[in-house]
Amino acid sequence: MTQPALKRDIGDTILAVDNISLSFGGVKALQNISFSVNEHEVFAIIGPNGAGKSSMLNCINGFYHPQEGTITFKGETRRQVRPSVAARTGIARTFQNIALFKGMSTLDNIMTGRNTKMSTNIFLQALHFGPAAKEEVEHREVVERVIDFLEIEAIRKTPVGKLPYGMQKRVELGRALAAEPDLLLLDEPMAGMNIEEKQDMCRFILDVNDEFGTTIVLIEHDMGVVMDISDRVVVLDYGRKLAEGTPDEVRGNQDVIDAYLGVAHDDAEA
Amino acid sequence: MFYREAGQFKTSYTADEAIFPILQDRFFIGAILIVAFGVIPFFIDDYWANAILIHFLVYALAALGLNILTGYCGQVSLGTGGFMAVGAYASYKLVTVFPEMNFIVVILMSGFITAAVGVFFGLPSLRIKGFYLAVATLAAQFFLVWLFNKVGWFYNYSPTGMIVSPPREVFGFLVTGPDAHPAARYLFCLSFVVVFAWAAKNLVRGRIGRNWMAIRDMDIAAELIGIRPLEAKLTAFAVSSFYIGIAGALYFSVWLGTAEPTEAFDINQSFFVLFIVIIGGLGSIMGSFMGAAFMVLLPITMKSIMVDGFGFAVGAAKHAEVMLLGSLIILFLILEPHGLARLWQILKEKLRRWPFPY
Repeated sequence: MTQPALKRDIGDTILAVDNISLSFGGVKALQNISFSVNEHEVFAIIGPNGAGKSSMLNCINGFYHPQEGTITFKGETRRQVRPSVAARTGIARTFQNIALFKGMSTLDNIMTGRNTKMSTNIFLQALHFGPAAKEEVEHREVVERVIDFLEIEAIRKTPVGKLPYGMQKRVELGRALAAEPDLLLLDEPMAGMNIEEKQDMCRFILDVNDEFGTTIVLIEHDMGVVMDISDRVVVLDYGRKLAEGTPDEVRGNQDVIDAYLGVAHDDAEA
Repeated sequence: MFYREAGQFKTSYTADEAIFPILQDRFFIGAILIVAFGVIPFFIDDYWANAILIHFLVYALAALGLNILTGYCGQVSLGTGGFMAVGAYASYKLVTVFPEMNFIVVILMSGFITAAVGVFFGLPSLRIKGFYLAVATLAAQFFLVWLFNKVGWFYNYSPTGMIVSPPREVFGFLVTGPDAHPAARYLFCLSFVVVFAWAAKNLVRGRIGRNWMAIRDMDIAAELIGIRPLEAKLTAFAVSSFYIGIAGALYFSVWLGTAEPTEAFDINQSFFVLFIVIIGGLGSIMGSFMGAAFMVLLPITMKSIMVDGFGFAVGAAKHAEVMLLGSLIILFLILEPHGLARLWQILKEKLRRWPFPY
């Protein structure tokens, strides 16, 4: 894989994180973190275990409420937001440990991603009448496009609990995509995958970014992948920001090498 | 060999999302409905209506309600008996206060009143889960039964404390009271059950059902993708209580005719309906019916085999039934948490491949 050759129009700032601090009791998970993500960008957050990467994502989509600082998304500044509200404003995410709804089929799982866009009331739904039935089919069409995009047609009706790990990750991406988000947060999308699955996942991420123009913020431990697909990278360590910049700038940063890539630097080159 | 979808191609999403996408299933359900509506009413007598059919229908409806809450939304409830009592007393008050009101409207109103009560007692579910929620709903059970015993207004200050369902007509047929024909009572209950089973299926295959299941399977992820837990849980409580309330109203007014809260709606009712749901299958509409049929027929079968067949005392048969039931619950929970409905599904899966399993 090489640097994406696609020319995308990197737009203005879509997400600005300003001086975020988050602590759990005495543990300071994040300290004065600031960075900004531009529209249509692939942005990576990296750092050793416990650096605060997942906490950062959790702050962005409202699952954690930082004690200090603000987050500005699409021009709206907020500090505390409920997760369901964040989802409605166009932030979707996947999880480090797969968080699919195990009792439901692939199709139903991805359909749940559309829930914020569906609106018919409970009585119409109970009768499965008129607008309710029409709405269901309309959203099914969107979901089928996602299924087509991710090449999971064959497992449409399979309960997700029965799927292999790599497929579950893909379904989870599908659920996030079904919401047609402006900002997609991916928490270790390639953890535990073999090389082919990683390549597939990279392809999907780049295609999403390219075809739908979705801004992507991802956390990933595989440095090869991060350096290849990201436009910019921010490095966290012990809740502090070490560096921010293009993959090449970050790779050359002495702090980063010391903290994290020091040993793995050769791997990253490979 | 006879049960497979080969050759049945779907050309629209509507067809693919039909309740019974497979032709054979449609025949099967159609046949059942024809027998239920067109054949049984001609042969029904008081024993069949009271001991088996209406008994089955009422509990199937209550189980449907509890299944929506526990099986689909994952909120455990032990308040079913209490909510049935709300439905029963609501229908009693409505019938006596507004004697002119259409009886179908009375039953539906009882459902809505129970739904409101259910939402109120569902509020703790926003904070607590699992066992703790079960205990909170247990409080609802005991409080409601106590209330209906204590406050005379609910039973119109009748000296016995019992409520008696006055005779009411629907489309010119008497459906309540001692003079009602068993066929009329049976058809009245059956119509409610069929319509509401269909509505329940529509709900669980649509957005609201998916939201319930998402909350059940992983509530945090559900919230992060934009589902409001408050909305999902309270709608589940409302719909569930609505069903249970209607079941309670039918139970009192059409089936029993008279009721007294400490006996008719005690905690055993709650457990009975919960057992139906567990044995029938959590998270399955079909399962509610299978479980209800099983739980209604088990005592009757046990009695006819042990008492009539082998000459045991009635008490011994009763004890054996309780033991069998207990062990069945444990077995189902360990071996097949999805109950009879899942066994039925496995059977269908096997039938599809038979006789060439590869």
